[in-house]
Amino acid sequence: MFEYAPAPESRDIVDIKPSYGLFIDGEFVDADTSFKTVNPASEEVLAEIAEANAADVDRAVAAARRAYDGVWSRLPAAERAKYLFRIARIIQERSRELAVLESIDNGKPIRESRDVDVPLVAAHFFYYAGWADKLEYAVRDPRPLGVAGQVIPWNFPLLMLAWKIAPALACGNTVVLKPAETTPLTALAFAEICRQADLPPGVVNIVTGAGETGRALVEHDGIDKVAFTGSTEVGRQIARAVAGTGRRLTLELGGKAANVIFDDAPLDQAVEGIVNGIFFNQGHVCCAGSRLLVQESVADELLDRLKTRMATLRVGDPLDKNTDVGAINSAAQLEKIRMLSEVGEKEGATRWSPPCELPDRGFWFAPTVFTGVAQSHRIAREEIFGPVLSVLTFRTPQEAVEKANNTPYGLSAGVWTEKGSRILWMAERLRAGVVWANTFNKFDPASPFGGYKESGFGREGGRHGLEAYLQ
Amino acid sequence: MTDRLSVRKTYKLYVGGAFPRSESGRSYAVNDAKGNFLANASRASRKDVRDAVVAARKAQAGWAARTAYNRGQILYRVAEMLEGRRDQFTEELRATGLAKNAARAEVDAAVDRWVWYAGWADKIAQVTGAANPVSGPFFNFSTPEPTGVVGIVAPDGPLLGLVSVLAPVVVAGNTAVVVAAEPAPLPAVTLGEVLATSDVPGGVINILTGHRAELAPWLASHMDVNGLDLTGAGEELAAECEKAAAENLKRVLRPAGNDWTADPGTVRMTTFLETKTVWHPVGV
Repeated sequence: MFEYAPAPESRDIVDIKPSYGLFIDGEFVDADTSFKTVNPASEEVLAEIAEANAADVDRAVAAARRAYDGVWSRLPAAERAKYLFRIARIIQERSRELAVLESIDNGKPIRESRDVDVPLVAAHFFYYAGWADKLEYAVRDPRPLGVAGQVIPWNFPLLMLAWKIAPALACGNTVVLKPAETTPLTALAFAEICRQADLPPGVVNIVTGAGETGRALVEHDGIDKVAFTGSTEVGRQIARAVAGTGRRLTLELGGKAANVIFDDAPLDQAVEGIVNGIFFNQGHVCCAGSRLLVQESVADELLDRLKTRMATLRVGDPLDKNTDVGAINSAAQLEKIRMLSEVGEKEGATRWSPPCELPDRGFWFAPTVFTGVAQSHRIAREEIFGPVLSVLTFRTPQEAVEKANNTPYGLSAGVWTEKGSRILWMAERLRAGVVWANTFNKFDPASPFGGYKESGFGREGGRHGLEAYLQ
Repeated sequence: MTDRLSVRKTYKLYVGGAFPRSESGRSYAVNDAKGNFLANASRASRKDVRDAVVAARKAQAGWAARTAYNRGQILYRVAEMLEGRRDQFTEELRATGLAKNAARAEVDAAVDRWVWYAGWADKIAQVTGAANPVSGPFFNFSTPEPTGVVGIVAPDGPLLGLVSVLAPVVVAGNTAVVVAAEPAPLPAVTLGEVLATSDVPGGVINILTGHRAELAPWLASHMDVNGLDLTGAGEELAAECEKAAAENLKRVLRPAGNDWTADPGTVRMTTFLETKTVWHPVGV
C-alpha cells in the first residue's frame, strides 16, 4: 500500500455554535432539556442540542398547521416551486460547508459527503421543485395531505432530510421533522437555509431529540402523515401506533441485500461493486450489499481479489480526502457491530480483516469479511449496519434466487454477469425494490427507492415519490 | 300429487380450487331478508384460513409469471361465465332483499366491473411504471410487481362489492384469500363455482364464509400474507387488524366510504403492487 501524506479538508468553513434550539415557526427556540452531539471520529463534544418534549412537538405541529392553512396551501404551486428552487441553490452554494459539517457530525468520509450526499441533496430539491406545479400530470386530482411528521436516521442525515422534505413541500404539505439524535447539525443548518430562502415560518419545523421526541411526533393527533426511515423494529412500532388513526404512512426500513456474482462477471468490476456495496458509508446503509452470493466456480478467485482490494482501503480521519472508510457513527452502533461479528465467529464463520491501524480515540471498525457463512447464521439474517460482509456461495441461478430471497427484508439486490438475458431473468425474480445490475449503491432523485416485505412500503424519489404526499 | 321436492345446494368453502367444508365441521344459518331459512353456509375456522393461505401462496408465483395478456384473457373469461349466470345471481341477490330491477342492475354492474379490471391486466404496468431520467450513464426503469398473497375482508355488497375488491387484487398477479360478506355469503360461493369452471388456476382465489370478527384477525396476523384489504371490516375490527398487520408490515387498504357505482380508479390495484427499479450501466 502506498503511503499517503494526510490531506485534511479544513473545518474552518463550519461554525458550530455551542448550543442549538428547536426550529419552530421560523425561529430557534429553547427547550427545557438538552443533549450533546459528538464527533464520532474523536469523541469531542460538538454542541448542546435542545431536546424537544411533547409540548415542544405540540407547538411545532401547531405551527405547521397554521402555515399549512394560512400560507402554504394557498400559495400558487409555481410559487412553491420557486421556494424549493431557491433552497436547492442555497444548498449548492453552501455545499462545502454542509459536506464538512456532515462528516464531522456523522463520521462519514469527506469524499462521500462532498461527492455523494450533498450533491444528491441539492439535486433532490431541484427535482421536486419542478414537480410542484406539474402534479396534475403525475396523479389525478392531486391534493396535499396537510401536516407531515417525519423521522429520519443518522446514516445520511441531510440526504434523508431532503428525501422527506422536498417531495412533502412540493406537494403542498408542511412538515415537522425529527433528525436522529447523533446527527442533528446539518438539519439545523438546513433550518438556517430555510430562513435564508425566506420560506414562510412554520412550513418547515425541526424538532431535535431522541426516541421519545420521535414517538411524540408520530403519535401526534395533529398530523396527517407519518414518514419514517430507520430500523424495521421501530417501523413496526410506528405502524402499530398509526393503526386505526387513518393517518397515512410510509416506511423505509432495514435490509439484508444479496449481491450476486455469476462466474461470467467481470471480476475486477464486481470487486469494486462489492466494496462500494458494503464499505460505502461504513456499511451504515439500509440497502448495503451485506450478503455476497458468489458462484462456487469463481469464489476462491473473487475472494482473493476482494481481500487484496480491501487491504488498500484507508480507514481513518473522515475529513482526510484520502479516507475510504470513516468512523462508526456512535458507541452504541459500534457495540452492535462488534457483538454480531463475535456471534459470526461463534457460529462457525471465518472472520478476516486486512491489517489496519485504527485511531485511538473515536469509534472504529475495520472492514471485515466472513466466509463459510450459512443461511442460518445471524450474520446472514440480521442487519449489521456496519462494514461487515457475509459470503455465501451458490451453484445454479435458481439457487442464487432462492438464497437471495431467503430474508424477511426486500430493499435492494445486486447482480453481476455479462449475460443480458440472465440480468433480466434475475431482476424479475429478486424480491427487492431496487436491483442494481453490474453496479451497486447508485441513487438519483428521479429513481424510486423503497422496499418489499419487511423493508417497508412506499417509494421515495421519482414520480412515485409524490404519491406518498398526495391524497 | 305432491310438489316435487327440490334438491338443495350445499354451500361450501372454495380453497385451492376445491370445495371443502370447514375443517371445523361448523356451519351457520343464512336467512333471506324476510328471515326465512335459505341455507347453511360453512363457518370457516382459523385452520381454514391457514389452509387457504397455503393454497394462495402455492399458486402465487405461477399466477404472477403468466403474461399480463394471459391473465387478462382468463379474467375476461370469468366475466363471460358470470354473464351466463345472471339469472342465478339475480335470484340470490333478490333473496338478500333487493327488488328485481335493483338486483339485475347490480349483477350487470358486477359483470361490467369484472370486464373493466380484466382489461387492466396488460395496462397497469404502463400507467404506473416509468423509465427514469437519472443523472449518469445508466438505464433505469421502474415496473410494478404483485405484492404476493392478499387477504380480503369483503364488504356487505354481496356481489358488486365482492367483485370490486377481488378483481383488482388478482388482476396484477396477486393471489387472494377472501372472507365473504357475513350476512349474505351465498353469491360469493356461487362466484367460487364460476371460478372453478373458468381457467383461473386453483388457489389464485380462495373464498371463505363465516364470521368476519373471527377470521379477519387470523388473516391480519398471518406471517405469510403480504397485503390486507379491510374494506368489509367495521371500525373496531379494522383497527385491530391493522395493528396485527404491522407485525410483518403488510400493505393495508383501510375501509373508506365505498360507493361501488363510482369510478374505482387504480388505488385498489396499486395498494397491492410493489415498484421495482432496475439500474444498469450504459457503455461499450
